Amino acid sequence: MPENPSGAGIGRRRFLLGGAAVATGAAVALTAERTGVLPGSRQAELNAAGLNGARTIEFHGEHQAGIDTPVAAHASFVALRLRPGQDRESLGRLMRLLTDDARRLTSGRSPLADSEPELAAVPAGLTVTFGFGPGFVSAAGATAPMWLAPLPAYPTIDDLRPEWTGGDLLIVASADDPVTVAHAVRMLLKDSRHFASVAWRQDGFRRAYGSEVSGTTMRNLMGQVDGTGNPEPGTADFDAAVWSTDGWLAGGTSMVLRRIRMELDTWDEIDGPGRDNTVGRRISNGAPVTGERESDDPDYEATTAAGFSVISPVAHISRASDAGRVSRTIFRRSYNYDVPPTGEAVSETGLIFASLQADVGEQYIPVQDRLAQADLLNEWTTPIGSAVFAIPPGCGPDGFIGEGILT
Amino acid sequence: MRTSRIALSTALVAVIAASAVGCTTTDDTETIEVYTPELTISDPWVKAVDDGMTGVFGEFANETDQEVHIIGASTDAAAMVELHETVDGVDGSMMMQEVHGGFTVAPGETLTLEPGGLHLMLMGVVEPILPGDEIAVTLEFAGGATEEFTATAKEYSGANEEYTGDGDEE
Repeated sequence: MPENPSGAGIGRRRFLLGGAAVATGAAVALTAERTGVLPGSRQAELNAAGLNGARTIEFHGEHQAGIDTPVAAHASFVALRLRPGQDRESLGRLMRLLTDDARRLTSGRSPLADSEPELAAVPAGLTVTFGFGPGFVSAAGATAPMWLAPLPAYPTIDDLRPEWTGGDLLIVASADDPVTVAHAVRMLLKDSRHFASVAWRQDGFRRAYGSEVSGTTMRNLMGQVDGTGNPEPGTADFDAAVWSTDGWLAGGTSMVLRRIRMELDTWDEIDGPGRDNTVGRRISNGAPVTGERESDDPDYEATTAAGFSVISPVAHISRASDAGRVSRTIFRRSYNYDVPPTGEAVSETGLIFASLQADVGEQYIPVQDRLAQADLLNEWTTPIGSAVFAIPPGCGPDGFIGEGILT
Repeated sequence: MRTSRIALSTALVAVIAASAVGCTTTDDTETIEVYTPELTISDPWVKAVDDGMTGVFGEFANETDQEVHIIGASTDAAAMVELHETVDGVDGSMMMQEVHGGFTVAPGETLTLEPGGLHLMLMGVVEPILPGDEIAVTLEFAGGATEEFTATAKEYSGANEEYTGDGDEE
């Protein structure tokens, strides 16, 4: 999916790139070691567009935007529950309306009947992505993929709350500006109201645009570098991992969303080496404890002088690793959440874990099974929400999302 | 402007339905241009309602070099359509009333029909206009020409001005 930098002028505070980061005044050199995992082409794009608000990401295409496009700083995940009596005809009206809203909003134009059209003028890289839950596909009278169902129960780790679980229609709006996201979500939900009600909404964030080199692996709020080893969009590995080739979903994918609460009060009790050991990577830079850089491959065979594995066999990366498996990997596109706490707690913090894969059953569930069986990290993480959606393919300028099952 | 070129090499009789005629001469035939009023319509929409009255809105650009005069409109979705404006009522509320002279759009100008402003008023909606429905609306121009467009129905909470006409709608 192409990214279209605006023609706006070069920002005055352009960061300098290259071998030596030149920082002036009190600025901090931000070309951290972790940017070394990025393709050179990505680094060269740094802030070249200058003012970011006018930047647009093409809505139309073989795939929906918001999957293989650059990850924006803010995202809102909204699940809707269809009102009774919806059918293929009404859902067709709904998706035509929402597609029209999305194509206008993502190009910086206000949708029809927008009460606040001025807010649409700053797209800031807005993407809008739609997903269908089991109830949507059923109401449309279409055949759902085998995997389009709630995940298996994981009683050893799950504490799922109904208010964060399930849903018939997913809308994900992401942009580098939270005002843009708020307006887009409000507009899309106004046009959904006749057909569906809001089941839940999860707002997430990453580093603000311009704080780091775009594409730097995110840190979650446990401090961990989170998302290392993701397949790179545009590569054959990514295409094989993410894009479905199956029936009406060809060109689409699936999204598993897990709301994972972080037990930061007890995580605080763990010192640096213990944290590194839990993850199997150094918190400092994301490198495996057997390596030096984030991009280094973990050496699961390495042993200490005493004969123990350097990377614990129950460390998070050991359990989540693809090593020795033939299955395709998953693509993670997660966001942090941090909402007001209740009671005596000082925080309510976690991860909106978004995993994309062509086939949930083949790719996601085996990993989740292993993590539920054993993973040191489980001590400090609790899944409190869970949902699975089919992400239909993209559409052309005259089409609409979901046309494969709604026409 | 929609331009129909009619060759007049023999004794062709052109029935001219529109307001202006221009002639040019080419090498071997004389052509006569029949001008039909036309508007370039963008973003047309209608407020979804179950019954009663509703409004149609959008941008109506006159890209011709002739004034376009809308004198009426019709749709199968409603018993009657009036051309309306919104004015301040005596009690401070916004009131709608019919514009008896119709809407004129000067060359190069765009007529904006919007909530709180000028609009097409549908009266006696035949059956519910649901969000996402598309209704066909026909504009009638002075001189008898017409132009049809399709308006998408949107759920919308505004456009609640009171109607001051003497129709039988509430």
